[in-house]
Amino acid sequence: MLRSSQPLTGPNRKRCREDETLLGTVLDEKERGFVIDTRSAQVAKQARMTGGGTEPKSSYPQWKRLHRPLERGRPLQESFIKLVEACNDTSINMDRWLSRLESSRWLSHVKAALSTACLAAQCMDREKASVLVHGAEGTDTTLLVTALAQVILDPSCRTLAGFQGLLEREWIQAGHPFHLRCSRSAYSHARLKQEAPLFLLFLDCVWQLSRQFPFSLEFSERLLLALFDNAYASAYGTFLCNNEKERCLCKVKESTHSLWAWLNEPGEKKKYLNPLYSHNALVIWPSVEPQSIQLWQGLFFRWIRSSQHLDEAWAEIQRLVEGD
Amino acid sequence: VENVRLLDRLSSRKAALGTLYLTATHVIFVENGSEARKETWVLHSQISSIEKQATTATGCPLLIRCKNFQVIQLVIPQERDCHDIYISLIRLARPVKYEELYCFSFNPKLDKEEREQGWKLVDLSEEYNRMGVPNSYWQMSDVNRDYGVCDSYPTEVYVPRSATAHIIVGSSKFRSRRRFPALSYYCKDNNASICRSSQPLSGFSARCLEDEQMLQAIRKANPGSDFLYVVDTRPKLNAMANRAAGKGYENEDNYSNIKFQFIGIENIHVMRNSLQKMLEVCELKSPSMSDFLWGLENSGWLKHIKAIMDAGIFIAKAVAEEGVSVLVHCSDGWDRTAQVCSVASLLLDPYYRTMKGFMVLIEKDWVSFGHKFNHRYGNLDGDPKEISPVIDQFIECVWQLMEQFPCAFQFNERFLIHIQHHIYSCQFGNFLCNSQKERRELKIQERTYSLWAHLWKNRGDYLNPLYRPDHSQTRGTLCPQMAPCNFLYKFWSGMYNRFEKGLHPRQSVTDYLMAVKEETQQLEEELEVLRERLANLQKSQLNDYEVKSKQQDRSKQLGLSTSDNSLANTPQEYSNDLKSFPSRSPSQGDEEDSALILTQDNLKSSDPDLSATSDQESGVEDLSCRSPSGGGCLPSEDSGKDSDEAVFLA
Repeated sequence: MLRSSQPLTGPNRKRCREDETLLGTVLDEKERGFVIDTRSAQVAKQARMTGGGTEPKSSYPQWKRLHRPLERGRPLQESFIKLVEACNDTSINMDRWLSRLESSRWLSHVKAALSTACLAAQCMDREKASVLVHGAEGTDTTLLVTALAQVILDPSCRTLAGFQGLLEREWIQAGHPFHLRCSRSAYSHARLKQEAPLFLLFLDCVWQLSRQFPFSLEFSERLLLALFDNAYASAYGTFLCNNEKERCLCKVKESTHSLWAWLNEPGEKKKYLNPLYSHNALVIWPSVEPQSIQLWQGLFFRWIRSSQHLDEAWAEIQRLVEGD
Repeated sequence: VENVRLLDRLSSRKAALGTLYLTATHVIFVENGSEARKETWVLHSQISSIEKQATTATGCPLLIRCKNFQVIQLVIPQERDCHDIYISLIRLARPVKYEELYCFSFNPKLDKEEREQGWKLVDLSEEYNRMGVPNSYWQMSDVNRDYGVCDSYPTEVYVPRSATAHIIVGSSKFRSRRRFPALSYYCKDNNASICRSSQPLSGFSARCLEDEQMLQAIRKANPGSDFLYVVDTRPKLNAMANRAAGKGYENEDNYSNIKFQFIGIENIHVMRNSLQKMLEVCELKSPSMSDFLWGLENSGWLKHIKAIMDAGIFIAKAVAEEGVSVLVHCSDGWDRTAQVCSVASLLLDPYYRTMKGFMVLIEKDWVSFGHKFNHRYGNLDGDPKEISPVIDQFIECVWQLMEQFPCAFQFNERFLIHIQHHIYSCQFGNFLCNSQKERRELKIQERTYSLWAHLWKNRGDYLNPLYRPDHSQTRGTLCPQMAPCNFLYKFWSGMYNRFEKGLHPRQSVTDYLMAVKEETQQLEEELEVLRERLANLQKSQLNDYEVKSKQQDRSKQLGLSTSDNSLANTPQEYSNDLKSFPSRSPSQGDEEDSALILTQDNLKSSDPDLSATSDQESGVEDLSCRSPSGGGCLPSEDSGKDSDEAVFLA
């Protein structure tokens, strides 16, 4: 699986031999690959006007392009804000709750993200084909898809250590601009142009997987919540800045502590483990039917309703599994 | 009929070819050729509707919808056969006489004594004693011993001591269907009680001295409170409309010291339509998130569930926190009243959250108090306007509570699903007819078997591993949050999408934890044995004894090795674009060919692709006897590892 940003074909359909060769080397003579473009065909085509575009069939004959539009940017942030508002609104009666939930479209985004990641995984696992994922910049929906696809495909990404490695690789090192994307969250009135909850969307999708495959992830919901917190505000330097270059310039490694170091301390680590975990060597294929996708209560109602009974249940599960 | 195809509801390429059989009690589809001889059994009693669809090139489609939400789509090659099957099924699914029902031919090979014992498992007089009656305030009345006062009530009802036969009879004449106020639940801690009745025949101005005395007696039976709540579970408008028909509700001016309350739960027709709409949403092919949420909201189903729950919470609070008695009624006092009283009892008393207690609760508030099972669930062919998912709603309330309080119930989701299933299956005699009187006339207990005994025998399958009687969550009154809590009501896909294996996790957390619990117990017993042995040996000082320790991979032992192919799941059809590529051989662990099909290129993920390993679970085969005259009932629907049931702890 490869990721990139959009090719700069532009209005004049420029070609780039090096790019074509690079992609050519990935595939054997008769093999075919898929390009999953996280923009709609129309948006991708329009991108040509501003210098971007898509891989033309003629120049990349072995690659079949699939468009799977995923929301990003302002609209995604709005979706998030609307959802949080709906959750906090104590005046809604049951009559209108579901339509408020629906109008935020958050769950639709979750469904779309999971479907696209599954598609990428399916191409690789079922069709044994290579996949190139890109959107426009390659820093948002692209990473959402590649990271999620790996959780689906690769059991090692579902371990605590492997998942951290995945985050480090597919989000942090890959240059997701955390500083821009995770600045004020849902309550802020300052509607910043660059803010968008892609990382939260990723965590939500991972949570959906944990619900559908309760034995297959080594980490618990608690880890996902901790990651969400730290992406927005952290005592650690892991999620600072927008890319490696900035982190170097700011000397992050020299002046801050790593979140991973803390999470992996024996005393801390056990809080984030899933007591039901049992190594599952297979690919986990989630259902993306609407009934299978639920609102992440642990996150969106975290401060609204008590999690006491559920926590007690998890404590009981822990007790049972550890043979107290 | 041969060469019939059974379609997977959503994925047309998963059609299985086989033979369709119609017996006196079941429709059976047997798949050709598969080594496992996969069979799908459907009881006629379960059939809710049959739809003949337009003939296509491949044959005549026939859609069978079941009361347990299973939907079966068959394609019959010949139109004439299809028509014959259609006509037959219509007749078979609408029995005219009770004797046609399965319970009269069902034979689990138990002797007469075992059958009797089975019926004695749930004893209501024991239950009333457990509650604490009779006592100085409450006594059993035999005024209805021959059903002379109210033919839909049981022979044994509990009333306040000061309510004489005269008062009871007088009050019954002033109540719809003669359903006078009687005890449903007594709280011995504070003497508060929940009583139930039907609406008074008050019209605009009618009064009845005995009825007023009855309510006064109920109030006085609780010395801790100087007033009585009267809760009318109907919407105010409906109750007022009833006045024009000479019925209505209690006027606070006429009844001393009552506080009247409307809690608007809609009527059976609204509920029937609500369920219908929700099922239509469930039948949508590849719905978007929007379609689903809009559809669900439009059905109003969860709103109704919440209304019932809120009513139960109100009553439970009145009893537990305020120590005030409550009289509950609706119109006839056999639908909403039953729902609300049983929810309230469940919240109040941890006993009803045990398996046995739950059976007792249903026996008390639904069976004995004359809920019209026959009319509501269509045992026999009757008026379609009487059909309504009343007990289904109650069962769902229980599930919603289980989701909020995972440690509080001794039983699990599967228990609820199986009970719902059998309310419609007519395999057992518990839920036949409309009243105790009718059941006794038909000598149900002598001619059929009790569901409770069957469930109890298999109780191992129905336990909740997280339940501990001493756990704080289990004890005392349950207090669900009333507001804000709209979001706490979830769509119960385990019930309404029960047969769609692709929607559910492959491994059940419940089953796994039960297995862990059992294994822990076994190991502990083993440990005890070894310890004793060691102690004995040490005593006799044998130095050369070696205790071998066994290393066991826990998950392997529990048969949950995840490299086991049967746990592999297969992807849905996430895309239609891959068709131009040759399909490769499936990856390790999957038996399914991964060729994808193609309707049109769209974002919405398409149809779930059910793994071949879901075979055993597709039908009701395990719940109903394979041959009516033959062997025993298989206890649970699932074969352990491949369970589709799950307890989600979100």
